[in-house]
Amino acid sequence: MSGTAGTSAPAAASDAAVPLLEVRDLHVRVGEQAVLRGVSLRIRVGEVHAIMGPNGSGKSTLAHVLAGRPGYEIVSGSATFEGRDLFALAPEERARAGLFLGFQYPVEIPGVNNAYLLTAAANAARRERGQPELDAFEFLALVRSKMSLMQIDESFLGRGVNEGFSGGEKKRNEILQMLVLEPKLALLDETDSGLDIDALKVVASGVNSLRAAARAIVLVTHYQRLLEHIVPDFVHVLARGRIARSGDRTLALELERRGYDWIGEQAA
Amino acid sequence: MSTPDIDALVNRSYRHGFVTDIDADTVPPGLDESVVRLISRKKGEPQFLLDWRLRALRHWQSMREPHWAHLRYQPIDYDGISYYSAPKQASDGPKSLADVDPKLLATYEKLGVPLHERARLAGVAVDAVFDSVSVATTFKERLAAAGVVFCPFSEAAQKHPALLEQYLGTVVPYTDNFYATLNSAVFSDGSFVYVPRGVRCPMELSTYFRINAAKTGQFERTLIIADEGASVSYLEGCTAPMRDENQLHAAVVELIALDDAQIKYSTVQNWYPGDEQGRGGIYNFVTKRGECRGRNARISWTQVETGSAITWKYPSCILRGENSVGEFYSVATTNHYQQADTGSKMIHIGANTRSTIISKGISAGHGQNAYRGLVKILPTAVGARNFTQCDSLLMGKHCGAHTFPYLEVRNPTATIEHEASTSRISEEQLFYCLQRGIGAEDAVNMIVSGFCRTVFKELPMEFAVEAQNLLAVSLEGAVG
Repeated sequence: MSGTAGTSAPAAASDAAVPLLEVRDLHVRVGEQAVLRGVSLRIRVGEVHAIMGPNGSGKSTLAHVLAGRPGYEIVSGSATFEGRDLFALAPEERARAGLFLGFQYPVEIPGVNNAYLLTAAANAARRERGQPELDAFEFLALVRSKMSLMQIDESFLGRGVNEGFSGGEKKRNEILQMLVLEPKLALLDETDSGLDIDALKVVASGVNSLRAAARAIVLVTHYQRLLEHIVPDFVHVLARGRIARSGDRTLALELERRGYDWIGEQAA
Repeated sequence: MSTPDIDALVNRSYRHGFVTDIDADTVPPGLDESVVRLISRKKGEPQFLLDWRLRALRHWQSMREPHWAHLRYQPIDYDGISYYSAPKQASDGPKSLADVDPKLLATYEKLGVPLHERARLAGVAVDAVFDSVSVATTFKERLAAAGVVFCPFSEAAQKHPALLEQYLGTVVPYTDNFYATLNSAVFSDGSFVYVPRGVRCPMELSTYFRINAAKTGQFERTLIIADEGASVSYLEGCTAPMRDENQLHAAVVELIALDDAQIKYSTVQNWYPGDEQGRGGIYNFVTKRGECRGRNARISWTQVETGSAITWKYPSCILRGENSVGEFYSVATTNHYQQADTGSKMIHIGANTRSTIISKGISAGHGQNAYRGLVKILPTAVGARNFTQCDSLLMGKHCGAHTFPYLEVRNPTATIEHEASTSRISEEQLFYCLQRGIGAEDAVNMIVSGFCRTVFKELPMEFAVEAQNLLAVSLEGAVG
């Protein structure tokens, strides 16, 4: 499995001096509620980060704000992606630039089949990179290999996007899309939630197959369990809208042992 | 950077809104016996047809315009309409494509009508009706070799009077309704198809209608007969130029399927819908009805309605022959100030008759979209079955969707199912597509196409793509 996405990336992307993602003192509100209260984060290519935290700590918000979901008010702070102002880009531009969000609750789009969505998405990214669009046969060849990795049956391509999918199927579908799109930065929001151990392993192997020097992965998760299968380089703990603590994987193990209250007390 | 909100992506302009500058032979506005006689004389019609027209006219003069539909519009001034308009020709009519005014051909070129050789390559035989006269009918010879008659209605009146006399008005009688009766009196042209016993029509048949002249009405009449064991697929496309005033279109289509015959009738209707403020646009009052007259006959209506200011049409099936099947698949879009009141009637008379109604209504802007459908099971229709599904999709806050289903079941063995849903394109669906790098307009088109998929797959392949594109154009600016 090679990351062709990275090979044509601008030189800046692989320049260690410019982080892939740099978030500075980000404050975000939803309505009257301050959800992020000064988040800073630096992610370089080749890294895998885990963002952990209790429910309501703002970790899903962070992922969605970075992807450009409407409904959030950015009060102050900045985010750059390969040095570009992320918030100046429309959601689809961020996606085409190589930012991928794996949804916790992927929405159903009845009547639109998976193959169609995947082709449209893959070609949007390819156009952005100045690559020729894939025809139906090239696309099939590409997607088949990824599907077998994700243990997804081929009949899936003709089904409606997430239509009638089980929770596990939806999550595997998210990872399949990520494998096809080969993003530079993958934000995976609670990708492990609702998965049994077998499905978790499949999802983890899909994510691991995409680990590469040219891209970064951010796992947003409540539990340490996922991190046994996808071992992060860095772990951050969000509490009350701030990164309360950062460390390596041992931090996740400590959280497992002591719970989030311990962090919460420290952050308060 | 903001995500386009759904209230705003639908405002590209109508692409077929050009006027062709051609000398037209147009009768003065107003309707009386002399106009009907003039039309009939210009066409050199047999006496029975003139008599039929005159009976219709007299009946129409005793009728009142119906107002039961969920539609609001300025009153139509029937005395202000010209009931006949034809492009002026040196001779009486084109003998072949070479005789057709190049400006007319250029018009069709702009519309993307595959006349000339392109049509043959596409396997489509095209009858193009411009205002009131049929301009050119392609591929007559290949059809004639199969014994299929496909010609302008006025030609059929001269060459196939016996067939006309036998079948005309037997599904939609001249007394049927206000607009059908008007049409019966003044219809000027349209298509005639006869597929003889046991013949599968060797190609898709297609008609393009276009209203060009100002202040004219278009009243085409189409009659399709599939004899025993015959089958035919027919598609009509419609466009009109942009004009500030409203133009009336009152067509009648009659289909007759005998034993084991099949007729598939598809419509892509893109009459000028009016502008963003609701000025102008076509008033489309159309009566379409098919009769499965024989056993195991099948009639299938598929329509994609994206145009017209007002749409009033209910393609219907009379299921007389036992085991006969009626189908209605519809996508109706209303954007800006368009209004549609459309649906179907399935009249079950024969035993074990089956019908399916799938209706997809899409409303955007200030559009109003009503589904109106009747399923009627007569006492003789033992074991009849109907399945109806109407789904509405709303885009934005100012549009409306309405459903008026009528059921009359007079046989206890009948099975009737009705499903209905109303949904909106959600911000979540839109964001999901955007996050995959798909632009807002493409995303909306994708979601809407998905919504319409069960109908689009009923269209002949080449037209399914056209329909999808048309839908995309008509919803431009609905999100933005």
